[in-house]
Amino acid sequence: MTYTEISTAFSTIVIKEIKRFTRIWIQTLLPPAITTILYFVIFGNLIGKAVGDMEGYNYSEFIAPGLIMMAIINNSYANVVSSFFGAKFHGNIQEMIISPLPSTVVLLGFISGGVARGLLVGIIVTLVSMFFTNLHIHNIWIVISVVILTSFLLALAGFINAFFAKTFDGMNIVPIFILGPLTYLGGVFYSISMLPEFWQKVSQLNPILYMVNGFRYGFLGVADTPITITFLILISMNIILYLVAYFLLKKGKGILD
Amino acid sequence: MTLAISIKDLHKKYDNDVHALKGINLDIQQGDFFALLGANGAGKSTTINIICSLSNKTSGSISIFGYDIDRDREMAKEQIGLVPQEFNFNIFEPVREIIVNQGGYYGIPRKVCIERANELLHTLDLWDKRHEQARDLSGGMKRRLMIARSMIHQPKLLILDEPTAGVDINIRRSMWGYLQKINAAGTTIILTTHYLEEAESLCRNIAIINKGNIVENTSMKELLNRLDTETFLLDTREPVTQLPETDDFSVKQRDDTTLEVTINKSRSLNVMFEYFTQHNIRITSMRNRSNRLEQLFVELLENDNDTDSAATTGITKGEQS
Repeated sequence: MTYTEISTAFSTIVIKEIKRFTRIWIQTLLPPAITTILYFVIFGNLIGKAVGDMEGYNYSEFIAPGLIMMAIINNSYANVVSSFFGAKFHGNIQEMIISPLPSTVVLLGFISGGVARGLLVGIIVTLVSMFFTNLHIHNIWIVISVVILTSFLLALAGFINAFFAKTFDGMNIVPIFILGPLTYLGGVFYSISMLPEFWQKVSQLNPILYMVNGFRYGFLGVADTPITITFLILISMNIILYLVAYFLLKKGKGILD
Repeated sequence: MTLAISIKDLHKKYDNDVHALKGINLDIQQGDFFALLGANGAGKSTTINIICSLSNKTSGSISIFGYDIDRDREMAKEQIGLVPQEFNFNIFEPVREIIVNQGGYYGIPRKVCIERANELLHTLDLWDKRHEQARDLSGGMKRRLMIARSMIHQPKLLILDEPTAGVDINIRRSMWGYLQKINAAGTTIILTTHYLEEAESLCRNIAIINKGNIVENTSMKELLNRLDTETFLLDTREPVTQLPETDDFSVKQRDDTTLEVTINKSRSLNVMFEYFTQHNIRITSMRNRSNRLEQLFVELLENDNDTDSAATTGITKGEQS
């Protein structure tokens, strides 16, 4: 395929993916907005007053970046896992396999769909947050790069999950039992400096902590983890998961035969 | 002339040790309308899946219009359009979107895809359904949608894996008309079907696959010529009370007004009509008792199975001695 043909094929997959999640916006775009409103009402306004300031900011300001990042994480992951598993389940992944599309284009097409949903949900949640709190921007480039790297990483993780999932249960196990707990324990609602030393060390094994704190640093200029470590972890995990996803797709594991 | 497909010594062994294909060799000429027949589980779909890269082969080689599927995979894939046995589109997507997206995967600009999709939707009588979700289509429409999708990149080789399964006779016939049209325009077609009259009326050449082996590969005409007799059912105007004997053909009475005549193909049918005229039996209609290809197909598979069991028996006896 020529470069023009490849870019046409790539944009076909991305547009298809975007149309898919916007077609079912009640399931994909609306829930994060409502959940965020509830978090701000309950944690920000009611409980937040009792908690007081955190790292020099009021509680609503402190949790806002974490809530936005939580929505991005969940939606980037959910988009690819459901779309790719659906394509396996309905058999329409064969449409791509029989075509001359290189595996890289298929992979990047699905991942870009996940990134697109993550970004759109991120924007929606950010707009909702602005009704409840003042959003400071410490460094916009850090905000953008952490968002892109995180949504790309979670989209890759969703792709790998979809590869191995054989049933709808298999598709939901990771988000419910792994991703959810890691996100809640990743410093969205608290600073890990509040934890005993042992649990601070345990928390540092959680990759979500670095995503949330990197993003919070971009907004507030404060974080529990150094921003360089955040980038190092995000970039290296992206490379590792990309290679795993590419290998699985190239081998056709769970798709061929 | 270039071969549309050349398959050499193709083997497929699954992880569970099932040897689905046992060294298939098959050449299909460009422009052919080719029937690939076989009982369920014979290896037809496995062969097709390997050709279309939906399954990995264990060994052997396949080239599509001279492009080896291992070395020139991209070019080989561009030549093929596939209508699979199962519906395999996203049922929630609109009909035209499914066709247009498929073109996009081949790198065809969206504008061109929409023009081609519109034409295909008109030709296959799906135009009114173009904005509907695929799940709302009837079975016959879904089959036609898969044909439209497979043709969007104008492939030189179209592979149809039981394309008319579960489709009523009217739609089946209109699909036959479309397939004959695109074949006449130069598209090579490979058809697998369980409707043997479909293969008989559409295909020029045929291969029969049984238990992973090609047991017959010839022209349809030659295969049908192997039947040395033909059996007809004749309806008579009045009930027949007595049937005088004749040496020219065998005649049996099925009921009061239906006769079954088996005649050697070397004899002229005029002999039969003269006989009935002489005996004042007036024939109102005439039809084949069974599909000729079906008769041959069953015979071939039975012979092949007999050979297998004979061979197995031989081995068993050898081991015992």
